[in-house]
Amino acid sequence: MAVVAAPPVEDGWLESLRDGDQMVIRLGGALTTRHVAPVDDTLRGLDLSAARRLEINLKGLSGFDTAGAWLVHRTRELVRKGGGSVTLTGASAAQLALIEAVADNVQPCPPAPAPGSSVVRLVAHVGRATLELGAEARELVSFLGQTVLALGRAMLRPGRVRATPLVYHMEEVGLNAVPIVGLLSFLIGIVLAYQGADQLARFGAEIFAVNLVGVGVLREMGVLLTAIIVAGRTGSAFAAQIGTMKVNEEVDAMRTIGLDPMEMLVLPRVLALLLTLPLLGFFADIMGLLGGAVMASWVLDISLLQYVRQLQSAVSVSSFWVGLIKAPVFAFVIGLVGCFEGLKVDGSAESVGRKTTQAVVESIFLVIVLDAVFSILFSIIGW
Amino acid sequence: MGDRESVIDVRKLRNQFGSQVIHDGLDLSVQRGEIMGIVGGSGSGKSVLLRTMVGLTKPRSGEIKVLGVDVAKARGGDRALLQQRSGMLFQDGALFSSLTVAQNIQLPLKEHSRMSPGLLVELTDVKIGMVGLPLDAANKHPSQLSGGMRKRAGLARALALDPEILFLDEPTAGLDPIGAAKFDQLILELRRALDLTVVMVTHDLDSLATICDRIAVLIDKRVIVGTMDSLMRHRHGWIYEYFHGPRARAINRGRKPTKAKGKRAAGPGGVSDGNTG
Repeated sequence: MAVVAAPPVEDGWLESLRDGDQMVIRLGGALTTRHVAPVDDTLRGLDLSAARRLEINLKGLSGFDTAGAWLVHRTRELVRKGGGSVTLTGASAAQLALIEAVADNVQPCPPAPAPGSSVVRLVAHVGRATLELGAEARELVSFLGQTVLALGRAMLRPGRVRATPLVYHMEEVGLNAVPIVGLLSFLIGIVLAYQGADQLARFGAEIFAVNLVGVGVLREMGVLLTAIIVAGRTGSAFAAQIGTMKVNEEVDAMRTIGLDPMEMLVLPRVLALLLTLPLLGFFADIMGLLGGAVMASWVLDISLLQYVRQLQSAVSVSSFWVGLIKAPVFAFVIGLVGCFEGLKVDGSAESVGRKTTQAVVESIFLVIVLDAVFSILFSIIGW
Repeated sequence: MGDRESVIDVRKLRNQFGSQVIHDGLDLSVQRGEIMGIVGGSGSGKSVLLRTMVGLTKPRSGEIKVLGVDVAKARGGDRALLQQRSGMLFQDGALFSSLTVAQNIQLPLKEHSRMSPGLLVELTDVKIGMVGLPLDAANKHPSQLSGGMRKRAGLARALALDPEILFLDEPTAGLDPIGAAKFDQLILELRRALDLTVVMVTHDLDSLATICDRIAVLIDKRVIVGTMDSLMRHRHGWIYEYFHGPRARAINRGRKPTKAKGKRAAGPGGVSDGNTG
């Protein structure tokens, strides 16, 4: 027997003959998964209720598999339930065996649960999301407590802080972020200077664009922008790193050999961010001002000397501090959320992706909310 | 049994990653209806061989014909047809995690046929029944299933299109002995019912002894093919150690009474004869 490369391609077909309460169904062609559809449609349209004696003839079949066997079995059962008798003719031993194998194993699975009305689902979804949000917030606060405790322990005994991971993360989080943070702040400085000058030119007050750049970059944009970049860059990395370790059971392995994941994983990351984000923020301030200066001298005909003089009158050291004081807070929140979501990964690779996304969204959200809170606070105390 | 055709023909296969040669001049043929086990040490390229046969890894040179089609050269329609005529069970099932078990099984059916939704559901029930999954597994997601159930669900998906050849990658790894024995029986039953040809990579000596008709041992970049009995007598160092190691001995103890006929000369029966005589 040679290898048959091409399977039968003729679609299955069906002929039915009715004579009183006798009925003959002749099946032919390929009754296989791929070619069974037309026969199924015809069979479903056939009225079998009157048939007392049904003969199913399989002689004309060129192909037969589970799908065909199921159709034969289904038809047979239908007639038998109606009180009729069924005979199979023209079937090979293998075909009969397959029909029996299907008959032995078929079991109607429960249908997929109905989705229910859309209003109910919407309400249920909102309710569930709210509960989850509440639970998430509670857990985050408890994680905040644990982290603060770990930080406190580390301060009491600085020797416990692991230097190697700390330095590694400082490089990863701080040093490696310098180019992107610098470039984006520089560009924001340019945009602020240009947009400001464009509007202020109507009053002939282009020079005040320098004030706009100075106050805007130092008080808000420099640190906020840095925090958002770091949240996207580092918050996601923390969640993914710790999440992957969770999937690999590395975190559990740590616990079994008596190492505290808070101390091993969370502390170095949060500390690294606490130390480097203010530095990055400072760098972003400088680059933003530089961007403004370039734009001013290039397009607005404000010389560098004029720019510096105007800047000096526009901003004081306090506006610099007002911006930079937020940096450690943002750093703490980003590190906290990144590690928190990473530790919440539940073992599947899919949840690593989900938690990583959540870490980024949550930390950017919290950073902007905190920034708004700071603005209100500073306006109350009059800074 | 006599008029067996070969459904898989591997000729002069060479697989190489960088400078590391995995297979060199490997020949293997699998006959219709048999269960072929592939064994070998770690890193000997068992999975690579399986993946090459399925067409997931391109061989450096050589020819692999599955059902008469050259796997590496097949394109378009030929390739699609070949994929529909063979099924693969990955080690942990590789079920699509966003879909339920029923949807996993329906996906290939929907893609490659024009059947009505009603028939789709009925055939899913048949497949779920045939692999012995409990009824309520149909609407569960893979993450809600145990390892053994995931494998059964993966098998149901591999069988969705009623393939002629089934490739299994370590089907019993990670199952408890009862689950593994049940899975072995399941494969035997399915082979009988669906007239399947099965190629399986395995380390499970029980599987090898109970369900494999022939065994291909990967050694020195090639395969040595034989039945369990003929391989037991093979003198190659690794093969001897594999089939006579402490783990193999326990299985061989259970085998000998039934196989004693063919091995009278060396079997324990001969020794006891001597004692009583």
